Amino acid sequence: MGKIFELGGFADPTSFHAPLELGTTLGPVLAGYMRSMSLIRSVENRLARARRDGFIGGPVHLGVGQEAIAAGVSQHLRSSDRVFGAHRSHSHLLALGSSVHGLFAEVLGKDTGHSRGMGGSMHLWDQTKGFYGSVPIVAGTVALAVGAGLAAKLQKTGDVAVAYLGDGAVEEGVVHESLNLARIQNIPVIFVVENNLFASHMHISIRQPSDATARFAVANDIPARVIDGNDVIAVSETAEEAVTRAREGGGPSFIEAVTYRWYGHVDWRDDIDVGVNRSQDDVANWKARDPIARLRAAMVAQGHWSAAQDADLDAKLTREVEEAWERAMQDPYPAESALLDRVYAK
Amino acid sequence: MKTYNYGTAILAAFEYLLDKYPEVFVIGQGLWSPWYVGNSMTDLDKKYGVERIIDTPVSESACTGAAVGASLAGMRPIVVHPRIDFMLYAMDAVVNQAAKWSHMVGGQAHPAVTIRGIINRGGEQGAQHSQALHSWFAHIPGLRVVMPSTVADARDLLIASVLCNDPVMYIDDRWLYSQTDDLPDVEEVDLRTVGPRCLAVGTDLSIVASGYSTLLAMKARDQLAAQGVAAEVVDLRVLNPFDPSPVVDSVRKTGRMLAVDGSWRTCGMSAEVIASVVERLAPGELRAAPRRITLPDAPAPTSRVLEKIYYPDVDQVVLAAQALLAR
Repeated sequence: MGKIFELGGFADPTSFHAPLELGTTLGPVLAGYMRSMSLIRSVENRLARARRDGFIGGPVHLGVGQEAIAAGVSQHLRSSDRVFGAHRSHSHLLALGSSVHGLFAEVLGKDTGHSRGMGGSMHLWDQTKGFYGSVPIVAGTVALAVGAGLAAKLQKTGDVAVAYLGDGAVEEGVVHESLNLARIQNIPVIFVVENNLFASHMHISIRQPSDATARFAVANDIPARVIDGNDVIAVSETAEEAVTRAREGGGPSFIEAVTYRWYGHVDWRDDIDVGVNRSQDDVANWKARDPIARLRAAMVAQGHWSAAQDADLDAKLTREVEEAWERAMQDPYPAESALLDRVYAK
Repeated sequence: MKTYNYGTAILAAFEYLLDKYPEVFVIGQGLWSPWYVGNSMTDLDKKYGVERIIDTPVSESACTGAAVGASLAGMRPIVVHPRIDFMLYAMDAVVNQAAKWSHMVGGQAHPAVTIRGIINRGGEQGAQHSQALHSWFAHIPGLRVVMPSTVADARDLLIASVLCNDPVMYIDDRWLYSQTDDLPDVEEVDLRTVGPRCLAVGTDLSIVASGYSTLLAMKARDQLAAQGVAAEVVDLRVLNPFDPSPVVDSVRKTGRMLAVDGSWRTCGMSAEVIASVVERLAPGELRAAPRRITLPDAPAPTSRVLEKIYYPDVDQVVLAAQALLAR
């Protein structure tokens, strides 16, 4: 028997460089994707610079290049849904409309941060937008997302849970238990695997016998789709189908979105030298599969976007991001009493 | 004699074991990367091959369980967890399997597995990247817990752990890696004979610590000496099974005890140390109530202002020692 699934062309960085197929997506929706993805990228590049320049004390795991996934999935979510992330989750938070200032303040350990300065980049939280939490323990929130989906099922709210995880996370046993549980209990949860082909320094080819993690969904009888994760239209259409199924009582879905991170595993470096199977050529080719540039090119070609709009957006984002950063820099740190005051519920 | 730092001393132990014992292999995350284990495993994969130095999928549970199984089948595996927080997925293999096996099968089979868990904290990494769980592990019968504080112990106790027929949790600390010392050639020691040791003699009080806390104690001792106070420092080295007698001997002599521990207070190693000493002394043998310095009972914060007050430092040890002597 051959491999159940392989990524094939999705994993070939020389393919999928052309402008996106926009289908019937309306202009304002497309503009929303542009704005959402561009904002995420501006914020993360700002974080990269600040980390490099020593303003940020803790690690930041950046997802530049992966913006289309969070943007496309979040398009179909509402604030009562329950989204969980991992160590590389700035995009998951921001795509839900959470405040940039809150993220910056959190990364700087300020009392005004999303987690009130207690968690930093790796422990984000903004339940007002449906973001229930992200953690750096690999696969640490996958079962939690299943549980939040179970709660939605019991509460009969029609809300769904989303578990964002990476290709490395499927190597943890808890993911397989979670898939099985979600299916047998018919839980409204969407497993979104951002397969960027790497777990820290190791390429998937030296970690797994197949590069397609969707094989585990098949094994657990969960509907699965493998898509170009740098195509926001494809992500959005796939997510819509999955979210609709979950809201209507159809149970879990599995989306494997193939993508690539432009920065190394952590912080601002390229990590060409320390990554196993991460070459300069690969990085350059993947940058040509840029989810933002491909969307922009298609929008311009069809008259949905112009150079002037591009310049406007750029100027606006630069201003917004700088203002949020400056404000976060001026914000106060938590009081020393926070160390013990926040351990238990009040 | 050759000069090592704490990290290269660990590397030397790996090389010694891999050169001499074909049944030794190493498995864990990050072993083909220079990121995860400091200078303590540099190029082992190149020297001994990727068959024996196995970088793994993100599967702490399976890798640890597999190492336990391999140890039951005649190998002496070393599992490496570059950050102790991530190994909690492996707790069944450690607590239910490795630690229980010998007793459960009537002492007829022994998992000779060494689990190296690295304490890697600071740098605003926060609650899930900072933990020191040695007190937890020391609670488990059947699991030997080794915590080297000196460069010599970093090397020699890793070798002793791997050659021991019981499961051993060997816990090293990235904050110790820059310590240096001159070491003679390796002489193998039997881990069963290793226990707490007096690192520096004194008459006024006993400071009892392990791992990085021992370094704090030694630095505090220097400051106290400048003030005319002679502190004795006892380094625990092996937390389980715990032999309190060297600690008791020290406290009986000085009459004052300060326990310093880098884990939490409640049910922590400092509590065990103090209880074990107090129950062995006559009521009049203590000249002051024992004191302890630990982490506050809270997860590690990320914010730099909170991180600064979270971890015990030398000043805290000096102040506590002064308070003990003032009574």
